[in-house]
Amino acid sequence: MSKTPDVKPVVNESGIEIKPVYTPEDLGGPSQGDQHGAAQHHDEQVGEPGAFPFTRGIHSLMYRKRPFTMRQYAGFGTPEETNKRFQYLIENGQTGLNVAFDLPTQIGLDSDAGLASGEVGRVGMAVDTLEDFEIAFAGIDLEKITVSLTINGAAAVLIAMYFAMAEKRGYDITRLRGTAQNDILKEFVGRGTWIYPVDASMRLVGDTIEYCAESAPLYSPVSVCGYHIRESGANPVQEMAYAFCIAKAYVDLVLERGLDIDSFASRLSFNFDIYGNLFEQVTKFRAGRRLWARIIKEEYGAKNPKSMWLRMIAGGGGGGLTIEQPENNIVRSAYYALISALSGTQTMALCSYDEAFTIPTEKAARISLRTMQILVEEMGLCDTVDPLGGSYYVETLTDQMEEKIREVMAEVDSQGGIVKAIAEGHIQNAVSKQACQNLVDLQSGKIRKVGVNCYRLEEEEPSIEFHPFKEEDCRTQLARLERVRGERDKAAVTAALHAVSDHAREGRNVMPAIIAAVKAYATVGEITECLVEVFGKFAEPVRF
Amino acid sequence: MNDKKIKILIAKPGLDGHDVGAKIVVRTLLEAGFEVLYTGLRKSAEEIATTARDEQVDVIGLSVLSGSHLPLCRQLKALLPEYGLEDKLWVVGGNIPHEDIDALQELGIDGVFPFGTPLESIVEFIRKHV
Repeated sequence: MSKTPDVKPVVNESGIEIKPVYTPEDLGGPSQGDQHGAAQHHDEQVGEPGAFPFTRGIHSLMYRKRPFTMRQYAGFGTPEETNKRFQYLIENGQTGLNVAFDLPTQIGLDSDAGLASGEVGRVGMAVDTLEDFEIAFAGIDLEKITVSLTINGAAAVLIAMYFAMAEKRGYDITRLRGTAQNDILKEFVGRGTWIYPVDASMRLVGDTIEYCAESAPLYSPVSVCGYHIRESGANPVQEMAYAFCIAKAYVDLVLERGLDIDSFASRLSFNFDIYGNLFEQVTKFRAGRRLWARIIKEEYGAKNPKSMWLRMIAGGGGGGLTIEQPENNIVRSAYYALISALSGTQTMALCSYDEAFTIPTEKAARISLRTMQILVEEMGLCDTVDPLGGSYYVETLTDQMEEKIREVMAEVDSQGGIVKAIAEGHIQNAVSKQACQNLVDLQSGKIRKVGVNCYRLEEEEPSIEFHPFKEEDCRTQLARLERVRGERDKAAVTAALHAVSDHAREGRNVMPAIIAAVKAYATVGEITECLVEVFGKFAEPVRF
Repeated sequence: MNDKKIKILIAKPGLDGHDVGAKIVVRTLLEAGFEVLYTGLRKSAEEIATTARDEQVDVIGLSVLSGSHLPLCRQLKALLPEYGLEDKLWVVGGNIPHEDIDALQELGIDGVFPFGTPLESIVEFIRKHV
């Protein structure tokens, strides 16, 4: 406990007590404060950037060599409209794309499915067939601009579509870079775009990783998301711990298929959330980077240092933004961007200030992009690697955060592992309990939030322009779907869909069959239906 | 006082997977002593109406965060007479712009709870209106 009784105790969100002052003594380890202890701490816990355990960053020169990729999440309406927004962001200096799909696409429904009514193109781009991808990425150089697909339940189909589109345009798939989110376990915890039961969903993730390891070795087939678990109520330590447990579940799955850890681990990537206390976030990433490297090296015996890298997109952080006085979100996002850069992220994305209400307007999206560009161009964030490294406070907290993440991971293991805990709804229950407590604390004022429970305005000034939802987009999409269905070679589609079912039933890797099906212009819905027939659907556990 | 516990159905219509708010409301209502059923994600209007009828609930609560609250509420409203649910208390929560509150009330929704609604006011509203 704190030795300074005259100040109020401070405990961070992860439950670590924060001292008012940190000194060299905090870093001395067993031989408190002596030169030997401090040097030993540096060698074992900190090290050099680009070297194990990678606490200070996965590259030796980090942003000095290349700034982080700027990858705003974008997509709405039709592929044509989404392509326009992509072009706009690229013209304005964005260096990567992060594609938002509408809900029907995300859960494997075609735009003309009954349940899709009213949802086509609403929260992202509508995709039914390969033609939609051809339109969405037209004119974009896929070697210069890497594309991240935010797709999970339907990931196998959309990855296949991306490869088919790229191949059609003459790109060599063996050299194609890009990322699919494809983290189904977290969808059961938060976000909710699951389709199949847990085991079958896992098998599909395994199929995509295995296929990429063999055929698209530079493509990142999975981006493990602590992000949505945090957004669902988890604290920063749980965010990292659950994400690592999930990532390990995918690693185990692929190892069981006989692949070598070094043949795929370097292509696993991560997606984390940023909001809350600056130092807690920065140290969560420094601790996470070190812990992941240790897990991959020590538990899995990887030899290639790249396998040990925690490559990440870090940003967000929707959970920190407020509906009240929305312009304050521009300021919050700027701090989140600073945190992300101080944490050594590879890629950054920010929620736009209007995002609590609506799809970001062009202007809101541009402000987010400019926020990141200001950091790179004006603030000196790229000059020096891990500028907070060596701070008594930051190094101490990094150690403590690693310890806490390990504790939560051990807890999950003792409950029978993450897959079981998620299938039975235990993680969901724990996270939702905490979300409820957070809201109670926010409404009681225990957690302070500017503009929400302090510094409120008597009357909110209406200042958000809503992104219009256009019914005509849906009609355009339905018309195209109907036309493509009419024009395609029906016998070829039927044969390709049969092959998908056969592969699924026989336990063979489904990716080659799905790629053949999308090339024949089979729809997202048709392919998903084939898989549902074999796998069934997830039954959501309801537990309170 | 009525001896029978007030029975509430919290439902997630449409395809939207944001269930943090719905689950918080379920917990809050359970703690307040109500009997609460939660549908889970992606329920059609028919499924919601069927559950509400079969379980004889007193309150139907919808949680929508995708922006589709108006079309989804219209779908459910069309089913209420057929399922004998016209006299039930009907509430909706989520990221609902203030501009849409009137339209929702015209559809017959008794209580609209946008983001930021104090949890206890939801509890009070239900106690007062059932």
